[in-house]
Amino acid sequence: MSGQNDANGRSITRRGMMLAGIQLGVVTTLALKLRSMQVEHAEQYRMLADGNSIKIRLLVPARGLIHDRNGIVIAGNEQNYRVTLTREEAGGDVEPVLRRLAQLIPISDARMAELLNEFSRRSAITPIVLADRLTWEQFSSIAVNAPSLAGVTPESGLSRVYPRAGDLAHVLGYVGPVSDYDLSKIEDPDPVLMLPEFQLGKVGFEARMEDHLRGKAGQRRVEVNSAGREMRQLSRQEGDQGATVQMTIDAQLQNYAAQRMGVESAAAVVIDVQTGDVLTICSSPSFDPNKFVRGISSPDYKALMNHDHRPLADKTVQGVYPPGSTFKMVTLLAGLESGVINAGSRFYCPGYTTAGGRRFHCWRKGGHGTVDAVTSLSHSCDVYYYELAQKVGIDRIAAMARKLGLGQRHDLPMSAVAEGIAPDRAWKQARHGQAWQVGDSLNASIGQGYVLASPLQLAVMTARIASGLEVKPRLVRAIGGVAQPVPDFPALDVNPAFLRVARTGMDAVMNSDSGTARRSRIIREDWRMAGKTGTSQVRNITAAERARGVVSNDQLPWNRRDHALFVCYAPYDAPRYAVSVVVEHGGGGSAVAAPVARDILLFALNNGLPPLDAVPEEQRGPMEERHNAMRLFPPDAPRLTRA
Amino acid sequence: MSYLDYKVAQTPTGIRKILYLNWPLVFLIAAVASIGFLMLVSVAGGRVDTWAEPQMYRFAAGMVIMIALAFVPMWFWRGISIPAYVCCFLLLVAVELVGEIGMGAQRWIDIGPIRLQPSELMKISLVLLLAAYYDWLPQRRVSRPLWVLIPVVLIVAPTGLVLIQPDLGTSIMLVAGGGILMFAAGVSLWYFGLVIAAAVGLVATVLESRGTDWQLLKDYQFRRIDTFLDPTADPLGAGYNIIQSQIALGSGGWSGRGFMQGTQSRLNFLPEKHTDFIFTVLAEEFGFVGAMSLLGLYTLIIGFCLYSALSNRDRFAALITVGISGTFFLYFSINMATVMGMLPAKGSPLPLVSYGGTSLMILMLGFGLVQAAHVHRPR
Repeated sequence: MSGQNDANGRSITRRGMMLAGIQLGVVTTLALKLRSMQVEHAEQYRMLADGNSIKIRLLVPARGLIHDRNGIVIAGNEQNYRVTLTREEAGGDVEPVLRRLAQLIPISDARMAELLNEFSRRSAITPIVLADRLTWEQFSSIAVNAPSLAGVTPESGLSRVYPRAGDLAHVLGYVGPVSDYDLSKIEDPDPVLMLPEFQLGKVGFEARMEDHLRGKAGQRRVEVNSAGREMRQLSRQEGDQGATVQMTIDAQLQNYAAQRMGVESAAAVVIDVQTGDVLTICSSPSFDPNKFVRGISSPDYKALMNHDHRPLADKTVQGVYPPGSTFKMVTLLAGLESGVINAGSRFYCPGYTTAGGRRFHCWRKGGHGTVDAVTSLSHSCDVYYYELAQKVGIDRIAAMARKLGLGQRHDLPMSAVAEGIAPDRAWKQARHGQAWQVGDSLNASIGQGYVLASPLQLAVMTARIASGLEVKPRLVRAIGGVAQPVPDFPALDVNPAFLRVARTGMDAVMNSDSGTARRSRIIREDWRMAGKTGTSQVRNITAAERARGVVSNDQLPWNRRDHALFVCYAPYDAPRYAVSVVVEHGGGGSAVAAPVARDILLFALNNGLPPLDAVPEEQRGPMEERHNAMRLFPPDAPRLTRA
Repeated sequence: MSYLDYKVAQTPTGIRKILYLNWPLVFLIAAVASIGFLMLVSVAGGRVDTWAEPQMYRFAAGMVIMIALAFVPMWFWRGISIPAYVCCFLLLVAVELVGEIGMGAQRWIDIGPIRLQPSELMKISLVLLLAAYYDWLPQRRVSRPLWVLIPVVLIVAPTGLVLIQPDLGTSIMLVAGGGILMFAAGVSLWYFGLVIAAAVGLVATVLESRGTDWQLLKDYQFRRIDTFLDPTADPLGAGYNIIQSQIALGSGGWSGRGFMQGTQSRLNFLPEKHTDFIFTVLAEEFGFVGAMSLLGLYTLIIGFCLYSALSNRDRFAALITVGISGTFFLYFSINMATVMGMLPAKGSPLPLVSYGGTSLMILMLGFGLVQAAHVHRPR
């Protein structure tokens, strides 16, 4: 077979040469065509290119609206007049054009320098926004003078607006112009992101729901002249607006919660205990997201950054706090489930207990005497839990905490949702490389020490105790008119009889004669409320200080005071809403957090301002005064339908 | 040549084979790919990580594949020519049955992360099989009708499968690639005359079929033909791409508008400018000088391949080299002719330059065969 190689060789050579000839012919044809186009007819094509030519311009789609559960628009779009300038279309030198423009609209020298710098950095064909949010007069004066302003394009577009301003700032987040950093994070970015007027969800719900809200860009073909000015529009195909997303939030309730917390550094969460719908998730103090959409000024931003109440932080999901005594239901249920105690078991509280060579104090110096499960909650006796924790052990407490929704990330479409900590032996070994001490268990049993939970987690815990269901929170009610299915939660893996003990205890907190939060009870029987106070220390109390007498909160600087916490639900017989409130450095949970939580709960139950006759008589006057001082959106707030 | 022949012949062995690679070819390929990276940076508006960076990784992987394949002796390639063809054929059938629908045509199978496009692989395995066939077939039988019919069937069967995907472009590439190999093998020129005559007849029939019940092409394929014949007839519709491409290309002039300064390609949102129309961007930004440089590099690649083939006394190896380089030639000439408006618009990449994984990998696989043929040539 190989013998034929030499004979074949020549034939291949001949055909190979022919093939080479043909290929060379084709290449020559290509080269001649190139020469004809690029050398001989270059001028003609250059004229076509520089002269009238057809360009495709993308149209930014209208961003999807966000509604609250009742159809109130909480993120909408408004008409925005702006001017952009493209260097290439201005003939390369933008400065004379900018000077002429400065006679029509105010452009400061600093802004001018900033713009010139930006033009030198960006490509010649990128349109750059010169001025935003112009008045109609300014806008029309530019449009009239357009012939002398080469490359300047007056545009009217839509811009995001948040009608509820600060109320929903943390949950919604905000949109803003696309930055280079944003682009670097997106693989194969949609070309519409390159347009100067495009607004991208930066944080919060806006960012997490970006795919649904963005919509699809439209395009139009336009004929432009040599200056790049649009001569006529040849075709226009509108884009598709992003989907309208309906949240589970009740904007009116959120509004009330924000007003009720006022200037405190606080967080409030309201959850529907059956569906997991988050009706309110409100962090205080807040900020105006509209300022971020427009580009926040540096002094405004500094003020927000330097504020000691941290308005930019979302305390509802990002903030984690020692839950204090609100954690006692977890320890109690762990004790009941493990069979270590039953509802009738009693411990004696002399005001302290000793464990691991240390003395652990109850909050009441003289002690509570003999305490059972229900009174341990209603009096919030610490020693009961110290004794219980030593019998149950931390691992079973941590397991119960996780069953109730603590120490796990509830994946709401918001930014920086924290996981919290439900500590156990393995966790401490992994995190700190140390063995678990009995003292750690005692601290954890009353929600101090390593335990950390966010207000959202505390609300979920309360909802689970109240409903006996494995409630998971949700924020999205419908997308594009399609209702998201209401989840069918399985029953919680805790004996219902034990849950009833915890509920009875929480009821006694509010409604027994000696309950710690009796002052904040609801007196309307059909809205009977159950709850639990919590006061968590943020500092250590030394033995010496204890001997002198513990310094009271009002004597301490603000940031050393205790956190005030409160969780509650109502109605007691047929629970509907669970509420958690954390007031940072507020002092006592019963005095500071409980009234706030109760009022928010009342608003939810009443679907409007809390009726005065639902609270004890002596509180009605102050409540009415508070209501009069609030700046609330009217209940029939305009439901914006504009795109 | 058989396994024994290779043992006897003084071909290099082991790692020393690397010294016998067709090094000018390696450098030419790298040079063309570098032009590609530059243009990908340009069309991404100066951003490296959009297209250029992934393309560089793929090219590096392709280089490794090419050099690795160069070490594999020719008896192995001959040995797998039949199984490879059968496999590709079965994959084409499989695509018909389970393939993903992409861009209106059924072209690939998803196997986990790999997107397998059997029609691309078929281009290589068809060359392999035909080269093995003509190496085995005694020279005096090459032009006998029966022995011409066999390769024609081997070409037509996969082409038919590709055509019903439908992928007209790849079908033409398969027929032309197979034709180049038969031509190089010495099949009588009469047959080629016959086929060309038949093709003209077929085209006439196809055009005639338009609008009738037995319409042979899809509507969009007919529209492409219209566009080709007169792009200005519908400047805003199907002819738009070609007109804009020509304006951009022509306006580049002698030396071009400069790197990243191509206003036409950017402003007009030329479609697929990082894939099918990348030559337009090059021609606009670097002008006639830039476009001719790329064409020159391509010609040199073909030249080195043909020289390697003509000086190779192993008929199988020589035919493979001619077949692969012929396919490569078809790739770049069809793409360039298309963007210059000399051929109907059809999505085809510019080899080694356009962004895309599959075509780059297939090309590097092909060049791996060319290198293997070069390294293991009888001395």
